[in-house]
Amino acid sequence: MSATAGTVERVDLAATALRDLNQRLHDQAKAAEPIGHWQILNPSGAHALACGLDAPIEVEIMGHAGYYCAGMNKRATVTVHGNAGVGLAENIMSGVVRVTGNTSQAAAATGRGGLVIVEGDASARCGISLKGADIVVRGSVGHMSAFMAQTGRMVVLGDAGDALGDSIYEARIYVRGAVKSLGADCIEKELRGEHRDEVAELLAAAGVEGVDPGEFRRYGSARKLYTFHVDNAGSY
Amino acid sequence: MSEAFRDGLRESALYDRTTIHEIQRAAREGIYDIRGFGAKRKVPHFDDLLFLGASVSRYPLEGYRERCDTNVTLGTRFAKKPLHLRIPITIAGMSFGALSAPAKEALGRGASAAGTSTTTGDGGMTPEERGHSDMLVYQLLPSRYGMNPDDLRRADAIEVVVGQGAKPGGGGMLLGHKISDRVAEMRSLPKGIDQRSACRHPDWTGPDDLEIKIGELREITDWEKPIFIKVGATRTYYDVQLAVKAGADVIVLDGMQGGTAATQDVFIEHVGIPTLPAVVQAVKALEELGMHREVQLIVSGGIRTGADVAKALALGADAVSIGVAALIALGDNSPDLAEEYAKIGTAPGFYDDWQAGLDPAGISTQDAELAARFDPVMGGRRLANYLRVLTLEAQTLARACGKSHVHNLEPEDMVALTIEASAMTGLPLAGCDFAFTPESFARAMSSPEGGLMIDSTPP
Repeated sequence: MSATAGTVERVDLAATALRDLNQRLHDQAKAAEPIGHWQILNPSGAHALACGLDAPIEVEIMGHAGYYCAGMNKRATVTVHGNAGVGLAENIMSGVVRVTGNTSQAAAATGRGGLVIVEGDASARCGISLKGADIVVRGSVGHMSAFMAQTGRMVVLGDAGDALGDSIYEARIYVRGAVKSLGADCIEKELRGEHRDEVAELLAAAGVEGVDPGEFRRYGSARKLYTFHVDNAGSY
Repeated sequence: MSEAFRDGLRESALYDRTTIHEIQRAAREGIYDIRGFGAKRKVPHFDDLLFLGASVSRYPLEGYRERCDTNVTLGTRFAKKPLHLRIPITIAGMSFGALSAPAKEALGRGASAAGTSTTTGDGGMTPEERGHSDMLVYQLLPSRYGMNPDDLRRADAIEVVVGQGAKPGGGGMLLGHKISDRVAEMRSLPKGIDQRSACRHPDWTGPDDLEIKIGELREITDWEKPIFIKVGATRTYYDVQLAVKAGADVIVLDGMQGGTAATQDVFIEHVGIPTLPAVVQAVKALEELGMHREVQLIVSGGIRTGADVAKALALGADAVSIGVAALIALGDNSPDLAEEYAKIGTAPGFYDDWQAGLDPAGISTQDAELAARFDPVMGGRRLANYLRVLTLEAQTLARACGKSHVHNLEPEDMVALTIEASAMTGLPLAGCDFAFTPESFARAMSSPEGGLMIDSTPP
């Protein structure tokens, strides 16, 4: 399937029901010639915008988005030209979701693949229960980010709030700024060459230039909570 | 006890042998007791209700000749494609991980043969259960293990799990020895580690967020799928009203007797309310909103017999769900395995270490050798038989009450056998003309003669 190039399909949410918009976007998955480029006008903070997409299309949201924007995205590239609410790109499977402003809690929650880019700040629980997706935040992330993160990578150019990586499994976290505190079983680890390469790769994918990967510190699991031991009961 | 009495020994009611054993075990092992099954303590239940069969004042329907229908449709409120079940008994959510792949397959086979649905669990959807389930409900749990939009679209309904009866307020648990390669891959976890899954959803908190979350699920699936909300029975009246407000098509209500694959014993036995009062609260909540039958109610937690089914329906449920009983039907706790149970320190009728993965029946295990012992075709057949028996029993009771559909059973068809059951359900005590409800007490206390026995107001 190849997307039709050149044309931009504009949908004005002031005049179109969200349900009809999402249905049209979903229909691109089966379309012989999907419309490759969409612009959503007047999003006005609507929830569940462009969620459940499964086509190699580009969707631009021209304003602020509400909860669960681009939720469970597959293959599509979704850009929010504004801020996004709770659960941006939750459970993303593949593709790219970018927010030019800030985003609320639980950005990329449980994400399993693809890339989520936040050009401003992300609030609490960014990357909670991450399952394989990559996250790049140009600003800072709030408390409990990467809580129980299982696998995947999170790069934060700014600071991280309290309890970063609490109960983390095998996800890898890179923070350039200050970390207010680390959560249970999360420790700082050595930033080796392969990690610098990894950060460089993610920064490049997110379009971030002029930042030295060597400025980041790496955090991950101490793996002490992997199997219950009564002497660790205070950490549960 | 009689033997102990002969010897002049006296067991403490407070520190009985089970209690002493648990104190000793805790001191030795330093971890709380984790087990499967459901609550083992005795609580008020459907056994405490009786049906009033028809006689002179009502006439019954002829068994085998006059119809007593059992079909139920779930998801009539918003979904484009509601579920049409032939029987009002569904299979509750049980995970691949907790159960072996052939056991999940058997649940699908049995449910499909009987015309009902089965449900995934905290571990994602396997091809075995999708392939063998005509109707499959896909759970969205806090862990989101294996969650993906393709399975959402492959599902016939979506169940947002807020809680379960065995552990309302508790998260999932799967101990390291059940995290096999396949389970680890499905859950994106390292192999062999203890899974500590969250008790709250990662991206919503509270009823207002839940409403938005449900909106997202509907948008992703083009408004096709019925959306269930499952709650453990606690503050049921309020939870049901909030779930309806949040946009549920179906409420799944799991009483404290509801089963689990692995939960702390202290949780199983001490959190939540019994199914009996919970169903009454749920129906009251739905009726007050004018949503009874519009939003369907599925009740689980201790459904064992057709009598339990019929009583739950008579109290106002649209369907019931079974978990523990379904596993027993598959072959769990079978006397045929007595020798094998003895080897792991247990016996048929007592086996509840479903968390351990050593199940000789091959059901609650991820050990390939043990799982291979379980025949999914035979297991499915047994489950279908059991579901048909439950249905026949419920029909028998409904016909005896003169009902041409099991949904026509109503509270008026029943009485309570105990004061507790009367107080919890508002049903009159058997042989009496009053219920132990605040209203009947108020009437009695305000009557000139005083006392309950002279209160002749029809219940």
